[in-house]
Amino acid sequence: MLSFLSSLYSGVVFLAGEAAGQSSSGSAGDIWQSLRDDFINNFISEKRYMYLLKGLGITFQVTFFAALLGILLGIVVALIRSSYDKLKDEMRPGFAKGLLGFFNFIAKFYLTIIRGTPVVVQLMIAYFIIFAASNNKVLVAILAFGFNSGAYVAEIIRSGIMSIDNGQFEAGRSLGFGYIRTMIHIIIPQAFKNVLPALANEFIVLIKETSVSGYVGLQDLTKGGDIIRSRTYSAFMPLIAVALIYLVIVIFFSRMVTLLERRLRNSDR
Amino acid sequence: MTAEKGDVIISVKDLKKYYNGESIKALDGVTTDIRKGEVVVIIGPSGSGKSTFLRSLNLLERPTSGTITFDGVDITSKATDINKLRQRMGMVFQHFNLFPHLTIIKNMTLGPIKLRGMSKAEAERRSKVLLERVGLVDRADAYPSQLSGGQKQRIAIVRALAMNPDVMLFDEPTSALDPEMVGEVLEVMKDLAKSGMTMVCVTHEMGFAREVGTRVIFMDCGKIIEENTPEQIFTNPQNERLVSFLQKVL
Repeated sequence: MLSFLSSLYSGVVFLAGEAAGQSSSGSAGDIWQSLRDDFINNFISEKRYMYLLKGLGITFQVTFFAALLGILLGIVVALIRSSYDKLKDEMRPGFAKGLLGFFNFIAKFYLTIIRGTPVVVQLMIAYFIIFAASNNKVLVAILAFGFNSGAYVAEIIRSGIMSIDNGQFEAGRSLGFGYIRTMIHIIIPQAFKNVLPALANEFIVLIKETSVSGYVGLQDLTKGGDIIRSRTYSAFMPLIAVALIYLVIVIFFSRMVTLLERRLRNSDR
Repeated sequence: MTAEKGDVIISVKDLKKYYNGESIKALDGVTTDIRKGEVVVIIGPSGSGKSTFLRSLNLLERPTSGTITFDGVDITSKATDINKLRQRMGMVFQHFNLFPHLTIIKNMTLGPIKLRGMSKAEAERRSKVLLERVGLVDRADAYPSQLSGGQKQRIAIVRALAMNPDVMLFDEPTSALDPEMVGEVLEVMKDLAKSGMTMVCVTHEMGFAREVGTRVIFMDCGKIIEENTPEQIFTNPQNERLVSFLQKVL
C-alpha cells in the first residue's frame, strides 16, 4: 500500500515538474519528507490555506442562499404547475383561468430553459450578460444557482403534490376548504414530507455544482485550490485537498438525509 | 338552517353530466327532491351514474346542465360560495380519505377550528363526544394508519359530523371494507338515521336499504328508473331492469 502510494505520489510530483533530484523509488522516509515539504509549500507558506478556507466560506454562502432561493422559487413554480393541471378542467373560462394559464406558460418556459442548458453556461450568461453591470460575484452566483436549483426543486415538489391521492383533495374540499386552504392544510404537509429526502439530495447536488463558480472568477473552494496549484505548480496536494473537503461535506449531509429518512419512516409507522 | 322535518332540503332538476361532448352520459336528466329527515338510498348497477349523482350534490362533480338547490340556494350558480355550502353537507367516501399526517382528533377538529372558527378546546370536546358515540374515544391520538378499515370509516363519519352538517352523503361507505367490518359501519349509520339526520347513501347493502331507508332510488344509464319505499322496491318492483338487478344482488 505504502509503496503503491509512494510510486503514485512521486509519479504525480514528477508529472508536475517538481521531480528534479528525486528518485522515483525513494524510501518511505523520503516520501514522508517530500509529502511534508509539499504540504508546507502548498498550504502553510504564505498562508495559502486561506485560499481554501475563504473559498469554503464562499461555497457555503452561495450554496445556502441559492438553496433558499431555489426552494422559494420551486414552491411557487410547483404550485402554479400543479394548480393549473388540477384546476384547468373545473375552472370556468375567465380572467382567473387566463391568468393561471399565463403563469403556467411562464413556469413551463422557465423549466425548459433552465433544465435544457448547462448550469455553467447559465452562470456565465448571468454574470457577463444579464448582470454585466454588477461586480458582486457572490450575489450573481447566488441568483444563477438559485434560479437553476429552483427548476429542479419545482419538479421535485410538483411530483410530491401529484403523488398525493386525489381523495385527500376531495376530502378537504368536501369539508368546505377552498382550493388554496386544502393545499395548505392537507396536501402540502403530506407532499413536503414525501419529498424531503429528495430536496436534501438536491441541496447536496447544489454544493457540488457551485464548483463551477470559478468560471466567473468567483473564488470558491475549487477556485481556491486551483489558485494554489497555479502558485506552487503542484497539482496533487491542493486538488486532492479540495476533493476531500467536498467529500467530507457531502458524506456529512448524506448521513443527515439518511437520518431524516429514517425519522420520517418512523412517523409513518 | 330554515328547513323543518319533511321540507325539501335538496331539489335536483334535470341534472345532466356528459363526458367527451355528449358521447358518455353519466347523468341523463335526473330530477328528484330530498326532504329533511329522509334516508334516501340509491342503488343500481355499476356505471349507472349513482356515484356521479351523489358527488354532484356537493359539486365534487360539476354537472353539464340542470340545477341543484340546497336549502333554497342554487348551488350550481356562479355566485354561490360552494365552500360555505359544503360545510353543511358532510361526505363519507368509499376509501375513507382520512388525513394520514394528522391524528384522529386532529382529523376531526381541522374543519371546525379552521372553517367554523371554533376554539381548539371546544372542537376537541365535541369531537370526543362524537368519538364516544362510535366507541373510538381511546384512539383519539392514534394515526389513521394504526386503525382497521372499519374504524377508519367510523372516524370518517364522525369527522364529517364534527362540522355539524344538515345532510350526510355516503358514497359506497362499506364497499372497501372486509366483510366482518361492514356491520360496525352500518350500525353507526343506522344510529345516525335514527337521530333524524338527512342522509343520501349510495350502497350495495340491500339489507341496509330495506331496513333503514325511507326511500330507495334505482338508477340505470344515468336515469332514475324507479323510486319508492323500500317495501315497494323490494317486494313489488315494477321496472324489468330493477327486477333483473334485484335478482342478481339479492
